[in-house]
Amino acid sequence: MSTPAAPPALQNPRAARARSRRKKADRIGDRLLFGICLAAAILAIAVIVLIGYEVVNGAGPAISKFGLGFLVHQDWQPNFKIFGAGSLLFGTVVTSTFALLLGAPIAISIGLYLSLLAPAGVRGIVSPLVEMLAAIPSVILGFWGVLVLAPFVHEHMEPWLHGAFGFIPIFGSPETTGASIFTASLILTIMVIPIIASISRDLFLAVPRDLQDGASALGATRWEVVRGVVLPSTSSGVVAASLLGLGRALGEAIAVSQVVGAGSAIQTSLFKTGDTLAARIANQFPGTGPGLYQSSLFYLGVILLVIGLISNLVAQWIGRRFSYEGAVAR
Amino acid sequence: MSAGIDSTRGQDPPARSRIRIESDTPVPQTGITGPSVNGHRITAPEVVFDSQDVSIFYGAKQALAGVTLRIRSGQITALIGPSGCGKTTFLRSLNRMNDSVPSFRIEGQILYHGHDIYGGNVDQVEVRRRIGMVFQKPNPFPKSIYDNVAWAPRNLGLKSELDDRVEKALRGAALWDEVKDRLKDSALGLSGGQQQRLCIARAIAIEPSVLLLDEPASALDPIATGAIEELMHSLKGRFTIVIVTHNMQQAARVADRTAFFSLEMSGEKPTGALIEFDDTETIFGRPRDPRTRDYVTGRFG
Repeated sequence: MSTPAAPPALQNPRAARARSRRKKADRIGDRLLFGICLAAAILAIAVIVLIGYEVVNGAGPAISKFGLGFLVHQDWQPNFKIFGAGSLLFGTVVTSTFALLLGAPIAISIGLYLSLLAPAGVRGIVSPLVEMLAAIPSVILGFWGVLVLAPFVHEHMEPWLHGAFGFIPIFGSPETTGASIFTASLILTIMVIPIIASISRDLFLAVPRDLQDGASALGATRWEVVRGVVLPSTSSGVVAASLLGLGRALGEAIAVSQVVGAGSAIQTSLFKTGDTLAARIANQFPGTGPGLYQSSLFYLGVILLVIGLISNLVAQWIGRRFSYEGAVAR
Repeated sequence: MSAGIDSTRGQDPPARSRIRIESDTPVPQTGITGPSVNGHRITAPEVVFDSQDVSIFYGAKQALAGVTLRIRSGQITALIGPSGCGKTTFLRSLNRMNDSVPSFRIEGQILYHGHDIYGGNVDQVEVRRRIGMVFQKPNPFPKSIYDNVAWAPRNLGLKSELDDRVEKALRGAALWDEVKDRLKDSALGLSGGQQQRLCIARAIAIEPSVLLLDEPASALDPIATGAIEELMHSLKGRFTIVIVTHNMQQAARVADRTAFFSLEMSGEKPTGALIEFDDTETIFGRPRDPRTRDYVTGRFG
């Protein structure tokens, strides 16, 4: 034979055909995979754009009538066609911030415990439980808030906090019911904890064993290892996790609407009723028809979207700016 | 680099480590090899580690069986042997680094200056503060060069003249001249050899009395390895050094005493055991045990 190097498949026409058929199938498979994934990605973008468009569009009349003053005005009187988001914005910011300030340290401690301190048996039991906490539907948590947490807050926590810290205006005198900004904040705290805890646990688990050994071989205590090595090398991730929790708190509607009391004024005391953007929308949207009322509720949605967008961007920016590698290279 | 037996072996250890604590005891027995200290070395340096019939288990698996040896002050002791023979396990048990392994269990006693390291009231943090360790893979913290060295002293409250302490440690690790102009730079920008010397600097900054080195040069190129070996010579005397190494020439070059570990069949499973422990010259020149001879002449492992 003059071409002994030719592979057998090329000499056998049937095999060669089969091969080219398979190649063609491979090519089609590749295209198909690419196409499906691209379509899915486009779908996600389209949904975001459509939602954004609908919300802004729906808010149009309210935006043109109230302008940016909507953000600061507190009156919300549907009968007189007067709407303002001031107290709702206030309620949203206060409850979410409160939830984050109280929840993040607890959640990070849980993460540290589960990743570095807990014996294996405890870890195996508690870890899934923490994740299950995130799986509780918010309406159920709201029920619990109404039936258990609010009475408890009203009967025990409010008098105690007022007695001990009453000189601080935010701990005013107890109110008639437990429905308040304070109770809503506690519910939100419970909701953000599992998110932050499970993410930060995974972050701490990913800290190289080498580094921890290196630190403890220098006679460092457990706390010194955590403070000196574990937390610094995960700080950006922990902050991003906290902002993810904040996102959840900002957008939570049902559970908050159940315990917040639907008040319509900015009050100094945390024990007074209040309301949040999301809870107000959930509460009142079903009863409205087209018009300024509904448009104002859409406007609340626009504010909520913008806040969510900002917190997301900040989380991403922090993730990049203070990432492990970034911190090292600075 | 010379592959011969290290000439520094014959030097006397520094005076401060020559404490005669064993005048009333017979010449020390070392390991299973019988008396190895010759009659003329009456004032052997103080025993730092006295390992008595130490066996180590990970769960049901026995990693090490019946290790009895004494490590003396100011000397460099090398632990050599094939992979899996338990030498690193033994090293890590000297400063309780194995405590973090969940199924770890130890039998027998390891005495550090007469105190049981695994005794009930012994604080492992205190153990590690006195017995420093450098790992196989350089593991500097993602901090500045300065902070890497200053971190442990700060933890221990040694904050006065911290700059001096850092400089001294970096000089001690033969790294000062290379990094003195960029102390604020990240330690991760250093080369592997520099990182390993930084880890040594970090370890000696808190002035431990013992340095445990777990294959400190195995991840480094020959030049960086040479630098680490030179460094070991300069640290000798100030610190008691125990080094695990896969590299027999390295053991021959740096160590005063060498312990050969190997895998032995105990029952059905292979278990690490100490085969021979003696002066480095003897281990590499005229080992008593045929297994040692096979290993050091390259016929096995």
